[in-house]
Amino acid sequence: MKGKSIKVDYLARVEGEGGLQVKIRGDEVKEAKLNIFEPPRFFEAFLRGRKFTEAPDITARICGICPIAYMMSSCHAMEMACGVKVEGPLRDLRRLIYCGEWIESHGLHIYMLHAPDFLGYEDAIGMAKDYPDVVKRGLKLKKIGNDLMILMGGREIHPINIRVGGFYKVPNKKELQKMVEPLKWARDASLETVKWVSTFDFPDFERDYEFVSVSHESEYPIDEGGIASNKGIDIGVEQFLDYFEEHHVKHSTSLQASVKGRGSYMTGPMARYSLNFNKLSKISKEAAKEAGLSKTCNNPFKSIIVRAVETLYACDEALRIIASCEMPDQPYIEIEPQEGVGHGATEAPRGTLYHRYQIDKNGIIKDARIIPPTSQNQSSVEEDLTEFVSKNLNLSHDELTWKCEQAVRNYDPCISCSCHFLKLTIDRE
Amino acid sequence: MARERKPKLAVWKFASCDGCQLSLLDCEDELLAVADKITIANFPEASRAVIKGPYDVSLVEGSITTPHDAERIHKVRRASKVLVTIGACATAGGIQALRNFSDVKDFVAIVYPSPEYIVTLNKSTPISDHVFVDYELRGCPINKYQLLEVVSAFLIGRKPIIPPYSVCMECKRKGNICVMVAHGTPCLGPVTQAGCGALCPSYNRGCYGCFGPKETPNTNSLAEWCKKLNVSRDDLTRFFRNFNAYADSFRKESEAHER
Repeated sequence: MKGKSIKVDYLARVEGEGGLQVKIRGDEVKEAKLNIFEPPRFFEAFLRGRKFTEAPDITARICGICPIAYMMSSCHAMEMACGVKVEGPLRDLRRLIYCGEWIESHGLHIYMLHAPDFLGYEDAIGMAKDYPDVVKRGLKLKKIGNDLMILMGGREIHPINIRVGGFYKVPNKKELQKMVEPLKWARDASLETVKWVSTFDFPDFERDYEFVSVSHESEYPIDEGGIASNKGIDIGVEQFLDYFEEHHVKHSTSLQASVKGRGSYMTGPMARYSLNFNKLSKISKEAAKEAGLSKTCNNPFKSIIVRAVETLYACDEALRIIASCEMPDQPYIEIEPQEGVGHGATEAPRGTLYHRYQIDKNGIIKDARIIPPTSQNQSSVEEDLTEFVSKNLNLSHDELTWKCEQAVRNYDPCISCSCHFLKLTIDRE
Repeated sequence: MARERKPKLAVWKFASCDGCQLSLLDCEDELLAVADKITIANFPEASRAVIKGPYDVSLVEGSITTPHDAERIHKVRRASKVLVTIGACATAGGIQALRNFSDVKDFVAIVYPSPEYIVTLNKSTPISDHVFVDYELRGCPINKYQLLEVVSAFLIGRKPIIPPYSVCMECKRKGNICVMVAHGTPCLGPVTQAGCGALCPSYNRGCYGCFGPKETPNTNSLAEWCKKLNVSRDDLTRFFRNFNAYADSFRKESEAHER
């Protein structure tokens, strides 16, 4: 065969609008491009002139799938700018609601967006006809994540209870206790999920990634820490822009990030897992080993297993927090604005989310910078596609197209975020 | 005899955060039952399968912000018997309508190093500025039970029952103490449509207007009351200028206090 073009105009089962274009000439992949045509929304521009206290509610609207990540990264940045650190029980409760978002978002991606690829279904609803109990388990798991967000945040999408300094109102110990039984069920269901997804067929595909994630001295990275990579980065969050940069490419309304002087990197579940295996809870480490994972994972198609392990961890961690946490005396720390710059990075389910703000003495935002996970992963997705397609030119057009879509979905890309995705073209000649 | 046909539902996305369409997937207890009664014919966030129109009901999320989308919405309208907008972006332009109060060229230059790559309209506008809309469902995000009500109503062929009154009504029914009267916290509840279940006042904070203006909102009176609480003009402008900033009554009120 001389050549071919693979084209997916609108990639499905991802959050947002994008497409994919792969150009093949002979036996060579000339180019793989992730086209992001999500309309630009200009958050960094209209944040200027808003109050520092408004950033969590406004930036939550960048993404309906991971609002907690936006709220938390912005809170951390504003608190740093004002010279305040939220610690103790309030910090524990922040980590608790973040666990809810991980359970919900990972549950959604594993069961509804990614598993259908492995089992050959167009969607989870089709899959439910043959695997009703599995899909119901996934929906219930996702719902428990949402219930935790509702309890702590008021609602699951764009929660209203998070503010710079803490919460507007904290639930009492008794209300938290109501989540214990559902979370125990969710932990068991996550364990079943790890076993189930580990039985899927995985393409034989590995790459030598630079993994980047938030890094904490003793905890699995979710809500707090510096930034680390497996290729020597180990910095405080305030140094983020010294090590990473963004480029503007013509085919995208999202900027693409890279490590300065080095190139692409990967953020998200595989990066967190490979950099922090030892910080997982005992049950999560054991489940990972039983599923056949080693301490690092370099096969992006296996990210679905890692996501399941992380869901298990999030349930376990939520239970640990509920069992050990003291209730705070005040729902929030009163914060007075001061002139300054603050940085915040936390782990959205799909990867590291960085915010930087400059505020004046009255707390008015003068400058804002937001680097979401999908723009950080975009180059890595394109490199995966180039290499994957080169090795699989023998596949039929339809099969290769579907596999390319799957390779993009490995990243759980959130295009609403990064444009702040998908159209697939494979072009062969 | 005609064969019995399941109604076709389509979901379309314009400029938005995906949160409102996620509400459909967040109906964990109802989703499989809904999928049993209707054909989900076009819903890219959830399925790679696409069934051709026309569609019985189209749910439209997001606002119009690019020349391409201004064309695309007409194709969606032509393919849809009933078109329902879901959420503040589709119904009022959304948070991205904050550009409507500035020069969008400045915005492009702030965010993108190569502004020439960006194609965008000066304003972010609601779907109803472009095509006829059969029903507008409010919220940032929408309430998923209201979504189920609207979808079932149109599929059965009756009017949806969505209350147009204010958040205050929900607050009183919940037995909340008024955050504005008792604590002096500015609250958009009196001028904002119900639907969230008076969430913010239940969490000791003032409403920030996710569901947009109620029918006949007296925004001017609310602004006067806020001034008595020493809310500055700049804060008043920001107060009315959120996720429904471009909804007529909120827009006018925010402009009245802008310096």
